[in-house]
Amino acid sequence: MSTPVELDQTQVDPAANEVGTEDRPWLTIVWNDPVNLMSYVTHVFQKLFGYSRDEATKLMLDVHHKGRAVVTRGSRDKVEIDVAKLHGAGLWATMQQDA
Amino acid sequence: MATLSDREAGLLRGLIGQVRDMLAARVAARPPDELAELTGITVGPTTAPTDRVLARLLPDFHREDATLSGGLRALHEPELLAAKDGVAGVVLDTCPARGGRVRLSDEQAQAWLTALNDVRLALGTVLEVTEDMPDELPPEDPRAEHLVVYHWLTWVQDSLIQAVAGT
Repeated sequence: MSTPVELDQTQVDPAANEVGTEDRPWLTIVWNDPVNLMSYVTHVFQKLFGYSRDEATKLMLDVHHKGRAVVTRGSRDKVEIDVAKLHGAGLWATMQQDA
Repeated sequence: MATLSDREAGLLRGLIGQVRDMLAARVAARPPDELAELTGITVGPTTAPTDRVLARLLPDFHREDATLSGGLRALHEPELLAAKDGVAGVVLDTCPARGGRVRLSDEQAQAWLTALNDVRLALGTVLEVTEDMPDELPPEDPRAEHLVVYHWLTWVQDSLIQAVAGT
């Protein structure tokens, strides 16, 4: 299973000066909100994405302390589904294309 | 997650019911769609709810691109509403009306967690809870009693997470 990705990690592709917009991966972002319990957010990350308890806790703490965290990344279709799943769990999640 | 008092069960069932009604109103407000009737594919609205509780329960997909966000909302909102209604239904089915012992399967426990979260989101939004919400508000504050309920729901949800975390 993938490990959490830092928000400021940049993808460097030496061959691609004019990469089309479709080539940049999409990110699933979870935003901090004052209602969601830390224990619940951790639980959701484990349940939805298969993160270990430690990985999920780290991601949850990133959301909590930094205000937001990237929880998955990939194609637009994949990220769209992940955002929908997070909405199903009551988390505040959005998608955006990597810079 | 063991025993609820008569009063607690009534409270929980009432709150779950209210959230369920709100969600149902959103479904009912959907304009009739001839295409949906033909294809069986239900499409939701493209605009976010104006009610802040519903807006929190049915968030946007993208913060900047309104067109993309609207399109994805239309695509996904019907299923999201159905899912939320479903978990609320599980709680109403498994929470004894006059209180008593609550026994849940793993699947039912997950449904309770999600439904409890929806109720906390609804109540928390109305109460405008913040990160550093006090345990109590002064009795003159009209929110005081509701905050007690909110904190109780938080405790119920947290207890349930501890109980399922082992599985």
